[in-house]
Amino acid sequence: MSAQLAGEPDAGSPAGPAAGAATGRGVGQWAFFVGRKLLRLVVSLLILVTATFIMVHLIPGDPVLAALGDQATPQLIALRRHELGLDLSLPAQYFHYLQGVVTGDFGRSIVTDAPVSQLLATKFPNTLGLAIPAFVLVVLIALPDGLLTAIRTRGGRGRVTRTLFVNITGLLNSIPDYVLATLLSLIFVVAIKAFPAAGNGTAASYVLPVAALVVGPAASLSRIVRVEALKVLDAEYIRAAKARRLPTLLRYWRHVLPNMLTASLTFGGMILAGLIAGTVLVENVFGWPGVGTVIAQAVIQKDYPLIQGILLVLGATVLILNMIVDFVLGVLDPRSRMGAH
Amino acid sequence: MTEVARKPRRFPLSTAIPLALLLLFVFLSIAGPWLWGTDAETSNVAVADQGISSAHWMGTDDLGRDVLARTLVATRSSLVLAVLATIVGGCAGVALGLLSAVSRRLGRLIDGAIGLLLAFPALLLAIFFAVLFGIGSVGSVLAVGAAFAPGFARITQTLTASVISKEYVEASRVLGKRPLYLTFRHILPNIGEPVILYSTIHIGTAVLALSGLSFLGLGVQPPSYDWGRLLNEGLTRIYTNPGVGIAPSIAIVLAGLTFNMVGERLSDILGGRTAAPPKLPSKQRGLDPAPARAETTGTTGELVEVRNLRVVYHTVDGVTTPVRDVSFSIAPGEKVGIVGESGSGKSMTASAVARLIDTPGRVEARTLRFLDADLLGHGTEVDRHLGRNMSVVFQDPGEALNPAIKIGTHLVEPSVIHQREPKPAARRKAIKALGSVAISDPARRFRQHQHELSGGMKQRVCIAIGLMGEARLIIADEPTTALDVTVQRQILRLINDIGEMTGAGLLFISHDIAVVSELCDRILVMYAGFVVEEARTADVFTSPAHPYTAMLLAASPDMDTDKSRQLPTIDGRMPGPGVDLPGCYFAARCPRADVTCTESAPPLRTLAEGHRVACWHPLTGAGAAGDDELTGVEAKI
Repeated sequence: MSAQLAGEPDAGSPAGPAAGAATGRGVGQWAFFVGRKLLRLVVSLLILVTATFIMVHLIPGDPVLAALGDQATPQLIALRRHELGLDLSLPAQYFHYLQGVVTGDFGRSIVTDAPVSQLLATKFPNTLGLAIPAFVLVVLIALPDGLLTAIRTRGGRGRVTRTLFVNITGLLNSIPDYVLATLLSLIFVVAIKAFPAAGNGTAASYVLPVAALVVGPAASLSRIVRVEALKVLDAEYIRAAKARRLPTLLRYWRHVLPNMLTASLTFGGMILAGLIAGTVLVENVFGWPGVGTVIAQAVIQKDYPLIQGILLVLGATVLILNMIVDFVLGVLDPRSRMGAH
Repeated sequence: MTEVARKPRRFPLSTAIPLALLLLFVFLSIAGPWLWGTDAETSNVAVADQGISSAHWMGTDDLGRDVLARTLVATRSSLVLAVLATIVGGCAGVALGLLSAVSRRLGRLIDGAIGLLLAFPALLLAIFFAVLFGIGSVGSVLAVGAAFAPGFARITQTLTASVISKEYVEASRVLGKRPLYLTFRHILPNIGEPVILYSTIHIGTAVLALSGLSFLGLGVQPPSYDWGRLLNEGLTRIYTNPGVGIAPSIAIVLAGLTFNMVGERLSDILGGRTAAPPKLPSKQRGLDPAPARAETTGTTGELVEVRNLRVVYHTVDGVTTPVRDVSFSIAPGEKVGIVGESGSGKSMTASAVARLIDTPGRVEARTLRFLDADLLGHGTEVDRHLGRNMSVVFQDPGEALNPAIKIGTHLVEPSVIHQREPKPAARRKAIKALGSVAISDPARRFRQHQHELSGGMKQRVCIAIGLMGEARLIIADEPTTALDVTVQRQILRLINDIGEMTGAGLLFISHDIAVVSELCDRILVMYAGFVVEEARTADVFTSPAHPYTAMLLAASPDMDTDKSRQLPTIDGRMPGPGVDLPGCYFAARCPRADVTCTESAPPLRTLAEGHRVACWHPLTGAGAAGDDELTGVEAKI
């Protein structure tokens, strides 16, 4: 490159400083964009932590008494109150709590006295182990499905395809994941006995929970992708790309896909967040050792430190996912970096 | 839906099915407990955990109660709770949304909170609130309501914002009306309908969410039960009786589906989308063989040769022919303009030459040739050839440049693909091309995106794309229409200069005969898919032969136009692309038309060298019927 430029000094030199200036501005814009998003994440996390703190204090009655029951001795209650720091002043408690969260100390379970962080460390990876493969599958299914259906149903073509697509995805989308999980387990575990009923021991045990999570979101994302793809396919710049005689595949890859991804990805982020919540229900159907099976039990037993810990981890995951989606959007769509909204 | 024109029925299936299901659910919630209450709640351990049988269609549970009866009875609790949760969420959300419109500072705070809450999945919020409000029916209704509130608040905000900016609200505000008055008098009535619609769809979601909570054991507590609770209790027993899983599952899915469908239908009906689509006349003669009305012109060695071009669209609404019969040719380096009003087929003709007609459109022609490439043929070779030698400039440059791609990529891409040029060389060439269309600082523009450029600059970029190959033909389809008047002239000059510089031919499409005459050597006048006149630019102005051309000229102002007089307009409407007439398509608007004109179509005849017209009574030339009639036309205009 430099050798070529040296051969053409008159072509290289005027472009040089201008190019440098443009890159400098680009970097500044990026730094600002990333900084703003990070600041938003920190503020959101702080609100999340505060909300879980306030939650325990808004509950009527004494949380320790509620968790341990009437039979507990006053000494045990006092001990747990002290352990939880409930005998301190409210600001001191808040500071204590905040300090704990930052250092990864979420306190101890009221019921079992085990450290919450330890429990999260063993259970949460299992939850992610369901949600992440599910999300990858959702995207891998929905993008081609939506795009191909859009291409087949452009401009009022393929009306049979369109009707089938709209109705099937509509139906699949309205089956909630826990119902689908139950039905799948009825068919494949009870009737056919093809898959294990519970646990995450083998690769086969992933199939049904992931399938239960994937179907609904894949259907709804396919619909979004199709609508977005139809919009993009009708855009004048696609016609212009065609006028430049770009090969069909390149046209779809470089011109249709990035424009279609913007809206699809915004929705994809919401789907991923929804999958995190969906695992809570699906885990309960398949006895999956993730945080979902723990939280329901914790709420019923009023094990507040445990509830706080799980809500914090799930909430923080959702917030971080949102930020990642924003970053990816920023890379794909320069307009979203400008902070127009 | 709008694509099909069916016989309008009083109750189409798309309305009847959701309505019937809705009525069924309403009936079950009212009558369910009376009809099946005893079956559902009487324990009989003797028949516990039975499978599906004719006595118990869905089997029995651990206490011998009939599962089907319990599922039917649970309709009431499930739906009532869902409706209550929706009402709670709706009221809280609408209140929040309205509150944020009252005060600006409060609004910003609420707005931020809603944004944050919306990022979380509803189930997570519901679990949070379930902890706060406690486990049980009341707690779960409040929890689901609270989880829905942000969504309602957001939609209220959006709707309120559009109402508040309306003039009558502004007027009320100026008159010093209080916010509360504004809210009840103007805002609520206006946002009521969409909010209720949103609620209907949300009842379905509420059913699913509440069942989910109950399924986790956080919702309805025994001895009460809803569908989620039934599923929760049944899950451990599906090995002995699948019915305990099947029955509540079906109920939950059906309820969710029903409220979704009802919501969608309601929004269709309220949105007026059920109105029958306007139907184009489908009466159309079969495709006759390529019409032989035009005389053959053109010599070999032409850049572009078009003979008897037809563009036909086959759609469900019938057959339309936006281009009926067009023949012309362009010599190397020649600048040809096509004028006509919108719908005359001029853009379609350009698209056909550019090979950009998409299905369901079909291009038919006796000859459609560019250089030595047959444009009617297929194959990537033709595309490569066109990619190198033909350049198309579109009407709206803002639409023609891909927003997600850098300006430079648009230029580099075709070079790399069609000329197999290495990227660095293509980049240097692109920056040079941007420079030659008078774009300042081309190296910087190369890295920018289209939204960072002005409209005129974008069109310069589009023209520069044509400089990347060895363009022999530039097709420009109304390239200045979308631009500022001040920029239009610059762009026209640029197109002209580029043509002179590269020696490329030009096919220029415009509705403005004055613009075309400035740029082009020859002008084609199109009407209703036909070329009605073709002449050298000077001849068009000095001796227009077709009455339509004369009218176009009269409707176009020039230096001599008397500014005190109103410009004449052309009365009547052009026949649409679905209309089929035996005679001249202009006859209905033509002051010279007679019986011949309405009964038989005029062929395109040569009047003088390079001057052709399709008219039975041309204003000039051998066929002219007399000067008195000509003055008649002018008098009328």
